[in-house]
Amino acid sequence: MQELVNRAKELLADGTVARVLGWKAGDLPYNPEPAYFETAEELDDFVYNGFCGANLSKYMIEASKLEGKTMVCLKPCDTYSFNQLIKEHRVDRDKAYIVGAGCKGKLDIEKIKKKGIKGIELIEGAELTDEADTLTIQTIYGNKTVAYADVMLERCHVCKGKEHMVYDELIGDSKETKDAERFDRVAEIEAMSPEEKFAFFQKELSKCIRCNACRNVCPACSCRKCVFDSTKFDSSQKANVDSFEEKMFHIIRAFHVAGRCTDCGECSRVCPQGIPLHLFNRKFIKDIDELYGEYQAGADTTSKAPLTNYTFEDAEPSIVGKRG
Amino acid sequence: MYKIAKENLSALFRLIAETRELYLPVKTAGQTNYAAWSEDAEVDLDTLKTVKSAKDAFFPQSEGLYTVKKEGKKISVEPEALKEQDFVVFGMKACDVKGLEVLDKVFLSDPVDTFYAARRDHGTIVAMACHEPEETCFCKVFGVDAAEPKSDAAVWTVGEELYWKALTEKGEALTESVKELLTDADEAAVETEKEAIHKIVEKLPYMNLSLEGWNGDALSEKFDSPIWEELYKPCLACGTCTFVCPTCQCYDIKDYSAGDKVSRYRCWDSCMYSDFTMMAHGNNRTSQMQRFRQRFMHKLVYYPANNDGMYSCVGCGRCVEKCPQALNIVKVIRAFQNQGGVK
Repeated sequence: MQELVNRAKELLADGTVARVLGWKAGDLPYNPEPAYFETAEELDDFVYNGFCGANLSKYMIEASKLEGKTMVCLKPCDTYSFNQLIKEHRVDRDKAYIVGAGCKGKLDIEKIKKKGIKGIELIEGAELTDEADTLTIQTIYGNKTVAYADVMLERCHVCKGKEHMVYDELIGDSKETKDAERFDRVAEIEAMSPEEKFAFFQKELSKCIRCNACRNVCPACSCRKCVFDSTKFDSSQKANVDSFEEKMFHIIRAFHVAGRCTDCGECSRVCPQGIPLHLFNRKFIKDIDELYGEYQAGADTTSKAPLTNYTFEDAEPSIVGKRG
Repeated sequence: MYKIAKENLSALFRLIAETRELYLPVKTAGQTNYAAWSEDAEVDLDTLKTVKSAKDAFFPQSEGLYTVKKEGKKISVEPEALKEQDFVVFGMKACDVKGLEVLDKVFLSDPVDTFYAARRDHGTIVAMACHEPEETCFCKVFGVDAAEPKSDAAVWTVGEELYWKALTEKGEALTESVKELLTDADEAAVETEKEAIHKIVEKLPYMNLSLEGWNGDALSEKFDSPIWEELYKPCLACGTCTFVCPTCQCYDIKDYSAGDKVSRYRCWDSCMYSDFTMMAHGNNRTSQMQRFRQRFMHKLVYYPANNDGMYSCVGCGRCVEKCPQALNIVKVIRAFQNQGGVK
C-alpha cells in the first residue's frame, strides 16, 4: 500500500496527474470508500487492502471529463471493465494513468458477518502484503479467526487471472485465488426443470427492493439516462407493481449488458439483499462462449464483439428451440 | 413480567396468528426481512438487523390508493380499503420503534394519512431488546435505549428464555390473549440483561458521535458548506440507504394502466433518484451533490426544524451496513465535525 501512496505522491508532484482515484480509509475496519486525492496530505487517508472491492473503472467516465490526468488504481478484474469502457468510447484512455494494483482476493464483509462475527473492532490480515491466509478479528464479543479464502467475494473464487489487461505501471504482486469453476453454478441451474428455475429466480429476485445499486455500480450500465428512470415509462424504477415485477428489470438489464458484461461481479457485491445477480450475466457469457466461440469482454479494446458482429457462422435463432 | 421458553415460540406465533396477522423477521434465500408468519416460514430472531426495517408493516413500499374502472360509458372510482384487520409486528428493535415515532409526526399530523393511521391503529408492536448490539449501531446518539424498546410489549432474551412485559393497553390485550403460553417471572434476570446491553452499547465505536451543530438553525451554514462537494463523489445515486432506512418517508404516486382500468398506487421514493420531486416545471434537483445533501439535511436539519429538534435518524446503522460504496450518515456528521464545515 505504501508503494501506491509513494507513487501517487510522485505523480502528483511532477504534474503527471492532477488527482488520484483510490480508496480512503473508513471509520470501521472494513468500510473504505472510493475517493479522489489531490494533495500529498490528503493521501495520508489512502488505503488499499482486502476490503477495497469497489471497481473504480466506472468513476473514470466522469474523471475523463476533468482537467488533466487521473491516476486510477485498478485491480486485474477492474481492468477488463476499463477496456470495455474504452471500446464503448465512454472513457478517455489518455486521461487515465492506470496503476495496476496487485490483488490477493477481495473480502466480503457480509460473509464475515454471516459467520456470526459481530461487534467488529479490528481486523488483521487484510493487507495486501500480509502473507497470512487467516483474518484475525477482534470483536466486542471476543476474538475470532477466519480463513481469508472462506470470506472472499464470489468473483474471487472464479478469478479471471492475475494479469492486468491495461495499465501504465504495476504495483504489488497478485495471488491466484481461483478455486472454483466460473460456470458450474450456471450449469447447475441449466439442469433444473423450468419450474425449478422459475422458483429459484422468484425466491431470489423477490428480495429485490428496487434500489438500483446493481445498475448504478455496473460499468456496462453507462447510459446517461436509463429507460427505467424515464418518467414516461410505465414500469417504474422504484417499486414493483406486482409481486414479481422486479424480474422485468433484472432480465432487461441482463439482456442490455449481454456481450459487454466482463463479469466483474460488482452487481452481486453491492446488492443489499444478497441476490446472486451475476448468474444472469454469466449465463449469457456461457451461451456466447458456446455459440460463438470463447469471448471475454474487456480482454482487449479492438476485437469485434460476437453480438455486434454479423458472420455467416452465427447461430441461427432456431437454436433457442433446439436447446430448449 | 412473564416469560416463555424459546422452544415454545412456534406455539406462541401460531396462537397469535389465529386471531391476528403476524409479521416477524423471516429468512428467505439467505436474507432476513419482515414477512407474514406461516407454518413453514423460517423465523429468524437471531439476526439483529433485518435488511429492510419493519417500516413496510405500516408504510409498505408499494400500496394501492384507488382504482378507476371504465365500463361502457360509466367510470367508477374504487378507493383502496383501509386496514381493518388487527396485526402484530414481533421482533422490532428499539431503533425501529423510534423510527415509527418519526413517521407518526409526518403521517399523523394534519392532513392525516388515513392508510398509515389505520395501520397504526390496528398494529400491536412487540419489540425485542437488542441482545448483542453491533458496531454499526448508534441509536444511543439519538436518545434510543436498545435495552428498553418503547413498544406495546417488550421482550428480552435471556439464555433459552424470552421475558415478556406489556407496556400499553394494546400490549396488555395481546398478553392476555397468549397468557396460556406465558409463565410468571420476576424482573431480576431482565435487569441483568439490561445492564449487560448498556455496557456493550458504551463500547460501540460510534457512541462518541457528536450531533453538536446539527439543528434547525444551522440551515444556511450546513447547506452552503463546500464539504458536500467532496462527500457526495463516491455516491452511486442508488436508493439503498433510503429503502433500508426506518425513517425515510418520501413517496411517489404513480398510475398503472391495465387496459380497462387504471390503478393509482404510491411507492417509496428516494431523494437519490433523478426524478425525485420532478414536477411539471421540470426544475428539480439537477446534480447528485444536491440530491446527496438533501438526504442528510432532511434528517439532521429540516426535520428537527419542523419537529421540535427531533432528528429523523434513529441510528439503526442499516445505511452504514448496506451502502455499496461505504458512505453513510456517520461519515457525513464526522466530516463536518472534523473540518468545522469549512474546507
